[in-house]
Amino acid sequence: MAATASKLAPKEMGDGQQVATAALRPLRIALIGNPNSGKTSLFNQLTGLNQKVGNFPGVTVDRKTGVAQLTATQRAEIIDLPGTYSLYPKSLDEKVITDLLYDKAADNYPDFVVVTVDANNLRRSLLLFTQLGDLGLPAVLALNMMDVAERHGINIDLPALELELGVPIIPMNARKGIGVAALKIVMAQRLDAPPVRFWEPDDKMLPLVRQIRYYFNLHNDYLALHYAQQYRQIGFLSADEKDHIQELTQKAGFDATAAQAAETIARYSRINEILLETVTVVRTEKREPVSNRIDKVLTHRVGGYLIFLGILFLLFQAIFAWAQYPMDWIDQGISALSATIQTNFHGPLVRLLTEGVLAGLGGVLIFIPQIALLFGFLAVLEETGYMARVTFLMDKLMRPFGLSGKSVVPLISGLACAVPAIMGARTIESWKDRMITIFVTPLMSCSARIPVYTVLVALVVPDQAAWGVFNLRGVALMSLYLLGLFSALGSAWVLKTVLKARERSYFIMEFPVYQWPRWKNVGLTIYQKVRAFVLQAGQVIVAISVLLWVLASYGPGQQQATAEAQVRQQATAQQWDAPEVNRRVASVRLETSYAGKFGHLIEPAIRPLGYDWKIGIALLTSFAAREVFVGTISTIYSVGQDADMGTLQQKLSAERDAAGQPFFTPARAFSLLVFYVFAMQCMSTLAVTYRETKSWRWPLAQLLYMTGLAYAAAFVVYQVLA
Amino acid sequence: MSIFRRSPQVSPVAARRTAKDLRLGESGTICCLEDPEMALKLLEMGCVPGVKVRLSGRAPLGDPLMLVLGDQEYTLSVRASEAATILLKE
Repeated sequence: MAATASKLAPKEMGDGQQVATAALRPLRIALIGNPNSGKTSLFNQLTGLNQKVGNFPGVTVDRKTGVAQLTATQRAEIIDLPGTYSLYPKSLDEKVITDLLYDKAADNYPDFVVVTVDANNLRRSLLLFTQLGDLGLPAVLALNMMDVAERHGINIDLPALELELGVPIIPMNARKGIGVAALKIVMAQRLDAPPVRFWEPDDKMLPLVRQIRYYFNLHNDYLALHYAQQYRQIGFLSADEKDHIQELTQKAGFDATAAQAAETIARYSRINEILLETVTVVRTEKREPVSNRIDKVLTHRVGGYLIFLGILFLLFQAIFAWAQYPMDWIDQGISALSATIQTNFHGPLVRLLTEGVLAGLGGVLIFIPQIALLFGFLAVLEETGYMARVTFLMDKLMRPFGLSGKSVVPLISGLACAVPAIMGARTIESWKDRMITIFVTPLMSCSARIPVYTVLVALVVPDQAAWGVFNLRGVALMSLYLLGLFSALGSAWVLKTVLKARERSYFIMEFPVYQWPRWKNVGLTIYQKVRAFVLQAGQVIVAISVLLWVLASYGPGQQQATAEAQVRQQATAQQWDAPEVNRRVASVRLETSYAGKFGHLIEPAIRPLGYDWKIGIALLTSFAAREVFVGTISTIYSVGQDADMGTLQQKLSAERDAAGQPFFTPARAFSLLVFYVFAMQCMSTLAVTYRETKSWRWPLAQLLYMTGLAYAAAFVVYQVLA
Repeated sequence: MSIFRRSPQVSPVAARRTAKDLRLGESGTICCLEDPEMALKLLEMGCVPGVKVRLSGRAPLGDPLMLVLGDQEYTLSVRASEAATILLKE
């Protein structure tokens, strides 16, 4: 029992001062459990801090914390840990857990853990619980989904189970909030380490375990065994310490795999004994569960793919066709506002406001409907549990490309934004699969490309019905997305042949039970994403728009004035009318401005792609973030134009080349579109790739590969079409 | 440690039956797990010797498989190659 005594929280063993500070510090509690055990729902119930609850295993990638008000006077900090099946991490996000629980000296080492357990899956859920108990962590067991268990005829003798497990058990239904109040009361009490041990290292392992335990001064044998098992992955051990453990394990002839398997089997037989005493099952229904019957349809050999394709197509129609109405209102509203201001007020500040700020702001606000629809769609697919079925449907199709079914979720999330998508790739256990997924995800057309696609497609593709049902522009948009998808798959295939695999890939996954999406969660996801877009991307876009307006309105020295005087002289000689003069003056002023100089500088490099210096400016500014493109061209093309020059689309169609023909020909527009499909123009993606791969090699390779691909493809498109 | 059968050649090939060989809707009882590394993951997910396993479906291209563990407890998705490491009792 020595281990148990030493397990008392360190703050209680210190001097009086330490006790005083400990009393001030709120309790720190970690939430842990299997994927789909209702852990995140419970987290929301406890903290009231709402965030996404996903059905897909591993949606809680980053550690989330919140504050729970346990009693009137007591608060606790709650850490939401990723879902896991055991304390032996198989993927990166599970590693977060062991990093937190192995190091008692760590700042956020929890005072105790709340283990969420699915009452329908007691046997498997208790595996993790017994491991936590043997680590000596004080714990509360939140026995979740009691309502479903009751319906299934599962009777649990709670007092007996409490006695066997040695911890308080709170029956609950986290989705509905039942049992949360009782859980809070238990959480507010100081908990001791559980008195029960479920499994202990056998005599053969004991010498090794004790050596490690005393060397590191650990509080129990089981933790020492975990050091022996996982020293390579434990972040806080130094290289010397790792070497020492390696030496010890080698000397002892320690077979980590066999030891782990034997432990798991032994735990299951102990759990079976416990359950035999405490759980009786009276099957009330003999029917196939509803979820399995839904699966028969949704994963049908033909129907499954048709439904998936249908859902994707619905998504694109929604983004393009349905979102068009609110987008038109926003567009017209902004240009009406701009026109009103310009007719009633005059002066450089008014021009800065309308041509700089408002033009840039319009470029941000207009995409809210599309982004909201996209994120809403993805949230519903995740909430219902359908996303897990998609990985199941797609696994075999993805494998020839060096990807796994689990890569499908990052790839589909990549349609929204590559940054969370790349982080989502952490759930892929195999290193090679994960690297390939990270590398190719930015090729999926993200929501930041929507603005560029929308504007250019609307410019050159007529608004007609195709084959009766589809909108021709919708078809064009879908083709761009497919181009992105196929380039991602092709690149993955190339990478698969180049990369050397270090480990094997697996695909063992639990299917979550289908459930209705919680609309509150879907709404919150949409709200959070739109807010993030407007605030984060919006600030950059508006700032760059204003900066651009200044650069496009002013030029070095007297060049602008000289050029303008020349045009006015010509005008008198040629007897041009007033609008013609204004147009030509505006044009030369832009050309001699700072921005114009800059564009001219890079024009030779982009002329083979069909671009002029104006587009050159837009390409440069959209390197930081591609959605800046629209704001940029809308600023560039509104400088010097008439107040009633309406929407961005009208501005672009009015743009003429040297011969007086419309500048945006299909060749130019498609060349630009293709460039934006491939080019790596997002600082955030490069930064997150660096963070996830811990090497500059990957983001650099991404940048060079994608931009090179974009240049080559745009060149071919322009030369062929022009 | 008897759950590993490291040398499958010991038993006659015809007698080996794995979860991969189940017909749709057919059940079997897990006897042992063949691949030590894969076994760790399978064990954690509840594929324990003695547990009943039923093939409830296949992905449209024949792979991965949908296995229902225990008495309608939960459904796992595993690749055919992974299911082939789950040996069944005769």
